[in-house]
Amino acid sequence: MRVLMYGWEFPPHNSGGLGIACYGLARAMASSGADVRFVLPRKYPVAASGAHMVFADESEPLSGTEAETFASGYLTEDRLRFMRGKYPELQYGASLFDEVLRYAARSHMVALAHQPDVIHMHDWLCYPAGMAAKRATGAPLVAHVHATEFDRTGFGKVNQAIYDIERRGMHEADVVVTVSAYTKNIVVEHYGIDPKKVVVVHNGIDADDVAVASAAEADMRRIKGLGWGIVLFVGRLTLQKGPDYFLEAAQKVLEHRPNTLFVVSGSGDMAEAIIQRAAYLGIGDRVLFTGFLRDKQLARLYKVADLVVMPSVSEPFGIVPLEALLNGTPVLISKQSGVAEVVRHALTADFWDTDDMANKITAILDHPGLRETLASRGGMEVRSQVWKRVADRCMMVYKSLVKILVRI
Amino acid sequence: MSGVCLYFQVHQPRRIKRYRFFDIGSDHSYFNDESEQDTNNARIARKVADKSYLPANEAILANLREHPEFKVAFSLSGIALEQFEEYTPEVIESFKRLVDTGRVEILAETYYHSLAFLESPAEFREQVRMHADKVHELFGVKPYVFRNTELIYRNDIGSMVADMGYLGMLAEGADHLLGWRKPTYVYHAEGDPSFKLLLKHYKLSDDIAFRFSNRDWEEWPLTAPKFAQWVHAHNGDGHVINLFMDYETFGEHQWEDTGIFDFLRSMPGEILAHPDNTFVTPTEALAQYPSVGALDAPDYVSWADVERDLSAWRSNPIQHDALRALYALESDVKRSGDVAALQDWRRLTTSDHFYYMCTKWWQDGDVHKYFSPYESPYEAFIAYMNVLNDLRARLEVAPAASTHKRSVWEALSHKARGVLHAIKS
Repeated sequence: MRVLMYGWEFPPHNSGGLGIACYGLARAMASSGADVRFVLPRKYPVAASGAHMVFADESEPLSGTEAETFASGYLTEDRLRFMRGKYPELQYGASLFDEVLRYAARSHMVALAHQPDVIHMHDWLCYPAGMAAKRATGAPLVAHVHATEFDRTGFGKVNQAIYDIERRGMHEADVVVTVSAYTKNIVVEHYGIDPKKVVVVHNGIDADDVAVASAAEADMRRIKGLGWGIVLFVGRLTLQKGPDYFLEAAQKVLEHRPNTLFVVSGSGDMAEAIIQRAAYLGIGDRVLFTGFLRDKQLARLYKVADLVVMPSVSEPFGIVPLEALLNGTPVLISKQSGVAEVVRHALTADFWDTDDMANKITAILDHPGLRETLASRGGMEVRSQVWKRVADRCMMVYKSLVKILVRI
Repeated sequence: MSGVCLYFQVHQPRRIKRYRFFDIGSDHSYFNDESEQDTNNARIARKVADKSYLPANEAILANLREHPEFKVAFSLSGIALEQFEEYTPEVIESFKRLVDTGRVEILAETYYHSLAFLESPAEFREQVRMHADKVHELFGVKPYVFRNTELIYRNDIGSMVADMGYLGMLAEGADHLLGWRKPTYVYHAEGDPSFKLLLKHYKLSDDIAFRFSNRDWEEWPLTAPKFAQWVHAHNGDGHVINLFMDYETFGEHQWEDTGIFDFLRSMPGEILAHPDNTFVTPTEALAQYPSVGALDAPDYVSWADVERDLSAWRSNPIQHDALRALYALESDVKRSGDVAALQDWRRLTTSDHFYYMCTKWWQDGDVHKYFSPYESPYEAFIAYMNVLNDLRARLEVAPAASTHKRSVWEALSHKARGVLHAIKS
């Protein structure tokens, strides 16, 4: 069975979790012997996954009549002009949309060249390309939902154009794979997808891919030596990740436990607002901003923290808690997250319930036994959540699709 | 001649409400959840009374009336009894009717269904004494046979209980305790031939308690004649078959629609249909049957989980932490003379609090999760430790100077203290 997989980015040039997830999945599938051809929009050096890489920009774009065929979708230049009229927000993100459409335009030839048995597309950026491939070959289509527009905006100002592409992609797909039951619920409730068509496949993590620190960050370690507790937030500073709720909980903890340091690691469009918010809450001297950190530096921070908090407003999965646990640090995660379905040895709270969050942060700081139990039991759970398991489940999805088609 | 010894455990803890860090110092009521959650003790008492205790008692009473040979034993924890008095007094009345037949024996246990034997022998004895007083007050009887929390047994517990004058006690017939020996004989404690032990026949007991409604079990459906046949098959292979289980088996763990009440109603008659069979209470069994040998129990044995050891209550750092913190308060709480604080502390000794903190099988959603009113073992721990911190804060409010000063202080009534305070200011 040949799988043609449409992705958007790949490590090391990834901007977020999508690239990491695609890489983990492609590698696990390739190593279990599946014929996976992984398509990216542009050629650039990528980490070796063992998968057969295909770069769409090395393929001829659709021209003339073929473009018309494609126009039965809605993504020709004319159509794009129409859409820009309809959705003014496209003007601002025009280059990203151009890239998405260019990808789709080239997908037809890619698909014809590779003759897949199954097409698997990851998130809205690849949906137009995946749909074009389905039209070109008639192969069954799997839409993999890593995040929806509702997650990215924290159920705030949804970009209608992106929503429409997501909805179209999910409806055209024969099966929709979501990274959690939490996301399945969003897909069913907000995109009108038949729940019977949706399969939950939780993301994985391979411990070897995660930077693990042997020693904790030195300055922080000294602070800790003076009897201070350290609570860490890791993530983009955007509405979705809930950094403002983290600060609200911090303020409540500090009223009772002033010798606690709250560390915020990450960057994003809310960075300035968050720094101001800390000052406004009068806890500026207890909140430390590290900016964006990665690999060893981040690992040393994980290592020194007593607790990592992920207060996301809406998180389809969430990799941060898994990284924290692999570094031996327990986690407090938002109930509005998919990872809570996988890591049961975690503290959980509703993102808006900062009283509950503060209550649990305080408990972690006061009770070493609680830290130890959560870290050791949670760490074991994470180690069993490997990408191999994810790959096997995807293979089952493909097989069920191919079987149905054969029967017809 | 085979004796069947039926014993049912009746227990309900006082569950701690969702008690947060911010409540410390301002809210001293720990067990008064009035929400729709499963930590609402009044609500649980009502539910279990209606689903289980009342209908099961009716079936037992009907059997007692119909079969003069039928006998049964109960152990009712003190903390359950006081909640029945508070929330469902008709349950007490119903048990009184059973005891009044003279063929229902009440066993001894710790009032708070606690693990006090682990940390404080003095507290253990005190709670056993409190329980015996409560049983006497309500039912007018005196217990002679002891059953420890969740059938936990070890040599040293046996000697403690023997020392308190009990004839013997109940224990789990666990394979690692019995080895090649059978649970159908009476044994005695290592080094004490006068202190006898009754061992639970876990196979037959669990056929009712755990497997009754399991459709994957090859013996499903379990009927009273079939079960009586299994009991009868033991004839000549021992003296006594000890069927020990939670009373909530009837109606709460096995729901009414599984036919469990019909089973309970007809099982005694079916067993008595074989003229060789009879029913005995624990005291009768210990008096009638000779001990066939000593049982050495150097390690803890219980009826909980597959391990049948202490791991349900003490196998991870949070459970150890909570137990340590609880008993670290014992001397302060007792010295304070604060009656309300002592009662709260004792309610916190109930073993269920630690059971809820078990992480052993928790991911698989097993029985611990089924029986826990908390979202996770960690939620249980956090609420518990916050409550302990509040209790500690309450004690620190009381004067803690020299013993002499304190006893003088205690001698003053609350009112006198108020007056004294007014004069000073």
